[in-house]
Amino acid sequence: MPGPHPLPIARRISVIPAFTPPGHPLLEVENISVFRGERLVLDRVGFTLEAGDALLLTGPNGAGKSTLLRVLAGLHKPEGGHVLWSGVDALADRSQHAGRVAYLGHQDALKLGLTLRENLTLAARASGGNPDLCMESLNISGLADLPARMLSAGQKRRAALARVLLAQAPLWLLDEPSLGLDINTMGLLGTLFAAHRQAGGIVIATTHVPLPLPDARTHALPGLNESDIPQPLEDFPEDDLL
Amino acid sequence: MTLRIPALITAILERDLRLALRHGADTLGAVLFFILAGALFPLALGPSPELLRRMAPGIVWVCALLAALLPLDRLFGSELEDGSLDQLLMTGLPPSLIALAKMIAHWLTTGLPLLLAAGPLAIMLGMPTASMVVLLTGLLLGTLILSLIGGMAASVVLGARRGGVLLPLLVLPLTTPALIFGAAALDAAQTGLSWGPDLELLGAFLAAALPLCPLAAGAGLRAAVE
Repeated sequence: MPGPHPLPIARRISVIPAFTPPGHPLLEVENISVFRGERLVLDRVGFTLEAGDALLLTGPNGAGKSTLLRVLAGLHKPEGGHVLWSGVDALADRSQHAGRVAYLGHQDALKLGLTLRENLTLAARASGGNPDLCMESLNISGLADLPARMLSAGQKRRAALARVLLAQAPLWLLDEPSLGLDINTMGLLGTLFAAHRQAGGIVIATTHVPLPLPDARTHALPGLNESDIPQPLEDFPEDDLL
Repeated sequence: MTLRIPALITAILERDLRLALRHGADTLGAVLFFILAGALFPLALGPSPELLRRMAPGIVWVCALLAALLPLDRLFGSELEDGSLDQLLMTGLPPSLIALAKMIAHWLTTGLPLLLAAGPLAIMLGMPTASMVVLLTGLLLGTLILSLIGGMAASVVLGARRGGVLLPLLVLPLTTPALIFGAAALDAAQTGLSWGPDLELLGAFLAAALPLCPLAAGAGLRAAVE
């Protein structure tokens, strides 16, 4: 809960550890291709990011933004291409790669029967971070002992973002991080993004709305041409469908 | 990372036990089903003590097998639906160990309560107290096997349409050896034969399932999030 004295920024961003100093190529993505069924979702996607960089993935619905994030997180194996982290194949040991990544999916991944603090315990054990500090950074300390089922959508999103902080990982992969957030929290998110990039971290986010990421690069995924979408119902006469 | 593995496994166990306590009705469901199903047999077969004593081992084992199936489709299903499975994989714990932790959680929340309820049910059916040790030892091994094989099957059908229907069809054939040896040990004890070999075979089955099932389940989890 926002108290009468706003939290000093230095304390808010103190949960972010220092990573590699800016200016080194950290993440190299080469020719990532992914099939979904018969359909080519990602066609030879590639980019290189240095420490401190931010990348916005844009594109129409179904263009494969979330899929690309899952590939980078090591959750989805691409049909082709490489992901290099400091020059080493990142997807060769996916459990090790998980230590470098903080992943925020579509869903908040909160257990409704557990309190916020209990929800963050597992991530805290994995990284050794301090859940209370991370909740404080996102103004949800006052909700720590409430069961997640009593929270609003925006509050749940903030809890999921607290877990991103908690991971203390250099690579943030955020799938629509602004979903359900109010203006104040968007400002907060900007502060945290800036601190993370200052510390040498990388932010990759998918979005349909502007995010507080100044001078972020944009990678537009083309999506499908309408003519490429298979029309399986074309062969059927209309009466059969009714 | 190696040092964190035990801490992460205990964290998953703590989380699952806490959830099981919060949703007490769901957790008790399997045990209540076990007792109710066992109590139906005297009603259906008639109250002859001799017949019930004769059939008690089979009744207890079959009911335990079916009851342990009930919570299986939620074991990984709920994790997949709310995105928690992604976050579990992102802890860096190898998928097979995540699966093992969930299997242990299944045993603690389902197998152990079934074990506790098996004694009273067996007495109700008139099983002689002398064979109670054999029943409980056999069921201890049997419920562990069920959690391992059940967890493996649950991860394999994860994300499949109609997974809930597929699950018993996968689990029940695989667990028949446990059922055969477990019930045979009890039968031997009741007729005064040596029941050791049957329990040893049950133990051997468990020893084989312990490393193999989590490995297969881990591969299933990876495939499910793709």
